[in-house]
Amino acid sequence: MSTEPGRAFVFGDNVDTDVLAPGLYMKKSIEVIAEHCLEALDPKFATTVRPGDVVVGGENFGMGSSREQAAQALRQLGVTVILAKSFAGLFFRNCINLGVAPVECQDTDRITSGDMLVVDPIAGTIENKTQSATYKGVGIPAHLVEMVRDGGLIPHLEKRAKAGKLGRTA
Amino acid sequence: MNMTLAEKILARASGRGSVKPGDIITAKVDLAMMHDSGGPRRIAPMLERLGAKPWDPNRIVLITDHYVPAFDPESAAILDITRKWVKQHGIEKFYDMQGICHVVLPERGHLKPGIFAVGGDSHSPTGGAWGCFMFGIGATEMAGVVVTGEIWVKVPQTHLVRWTGRLGRGLSAKDMMLKLCHDIGLGTVKYGVVEFAGSGIAALPMSERMVLTNMSAELGAQTGIIAPDATTVAALKAAGADATGALDWHGDADAHYEKVWDFDASALVPQVAAPHTPENSGPATEHGNVKVDQCYIGACTGAKLSDLHMAAEILRGRKVAKTTRLLVAPASARMTAEAAADGTLAVLTEAGAILQASGCGACAGYGAGVLAEKEVCLSSTARNFKGRMGAMSSLVYLGSPYTVAASAVTGHITDPREFLNQRAAA
Repeated sequence: MSTEPGRAFVFGDNVDTDVLAPGLYMKKSIEVIAEHCLEALDPKFATTVRPGDVVVGGENFGMGSSREQAAQALRQLGVTVILAKSFAGLFFRNCINLGVAPVECQDTDRITSGDMLVVDPIAGTIENKTQSATYKGVGIPAHLVEMVRDGGLIPHLEKRAKAGKLGRTA
Repeated sequence: MNMTLAEKILARASGRGSVKPGDIITAKVDLAMMHDSGGPRRIAPMLERLGAKPWDPNRIVLITDHYVPAFDPESAAILDITRKWVKQHGIEKFYDMQGICHVVLPERGHLKPGIFAVGGDSHSPTGGAWGCFMFGIGATEMAGVVVTGEIWVKVPQTHLVRWTGRLGRGLSAKDMMLKLCHDIGLGTVKYGVVEFAGSGIAALPMSERMVLTNMSAELGAQTGIIAPDATTVAALKAAGADATGALDWHGDADAHYEKVWDFDASALVPQVAAPHTPENSGPATEHGNVKVDQCYIGACTGAKLSDLHMAAEILRGRKVAKTTRLLVAPASARMTAEAAADGTLAVLTEAGAILQASGCGACAGYGAGVLAEKEVCLSSTARNFKGRMGAMSSLVYLGSPYTVAASAVTGHITDPREFLNQRAAA
């Protein structure tokens, strides 16, 4: 996990999967979908966000569809950490599976767009370099840490396959 | 034992005597459903990367519904990939252009109470109306299920939503659900289970119960569930499904619920959700001055045979206003045939409705019937997020099939009871 600071892009409550990955572009490649990521809320988002930047939201981030392109589009743009007060459950799972770390944090109202953040998703700690503040979030659940470290579900399963443990475990 | 219905299914699927909210379990999947959008076109490359095959082709159901019928080379290619993958892997439970996955799955007898199922679509909780624990997952996670046959679950809390009383004329499960979206909100349940119960639920046919579990997704639930009863058993038998032991699946009398919510169906009035969230609901009469460019009866939530019957009840002998258009996309091919046989389709088309293919259609902006900039649509679908049904500045209101049909006649959002009362007086 990177310790380089990333710029915050702050959004509100209930950021839905249709604004993250608009249905009109769903048959296109992830590169095309990513160009339209969040454009309904911030038309310049996809062209200004840089790898390592952090998307910040309020309650129920990622509500709506199961389309994992919502998480994948952010990953495509280089966003690997999302901070929000709460996440929609399905989106949370998709993030983990696609190598994006969803970190719950109740202090997202204190963060302003452009603030420089350093986030440790495993520990759940957030340092706001711009405001010289630190926030305590919720780290990735213990049973998912290995998957996050592996970079998502498919790399994780690849590792399991190499160890000959791909089938049912239960 | 003090377990809820959902907890009992999770305990069974994970091979444990009991589970409690917060437990992390690994559960064996009884059934995995995919559609053309999140299915083979996404998971096939992942399986190839892993050098893996489906763990059990007989437990996989594949249904094309998002890009049907193909409308350009890209959608045609997605369907082509789906058809080839099914053949390659010997998936026999394949329904090509037969309707929307959440409706086709129980229609063809694949659901039964007590099973643990996943679907590659967020409205997969629809299956919970049949007493299953069924929830939606993304394509990568589906690839994981298809390879391993199992999935992790954090046992969710269960919210009990009780409805007493019976719905009045011109009211439907959609109105109940929009009321819940408003009163409970989209963030309260926090990926818990919503179990629907009470005399108001017992009075509903399966097609209406499916609206409730379907839109439990909008409440932010992992899934919705309804304990099986005589109505469930009769519907299972009609679908050719195994109903053995169906009534054994219910929560314990001393089950613990995170919260109990009480609602009265007899006090409900037709509801409409204004843009851009289902939470933004209130009485339809509050939106009487809103003119509509398009009226849409479609999707898993709002175009089953019972929904078509509601629309026909309003539209019989009436015409769609010249200032609007009414699109109807029946939820399944079988329901289209049934609606043709019982005269419902004739009522709709004589009123001026445009019939469309069975599929997800315009609901999520995939198929025909999407909106232009600033156009206004009243829709019987489940979601009205910004830009979902077409152009970014389009406005989508949500209402029941009754309300959509009545509004198609007037050209503006209309409480359907006005028409039903007229008919009663005539």
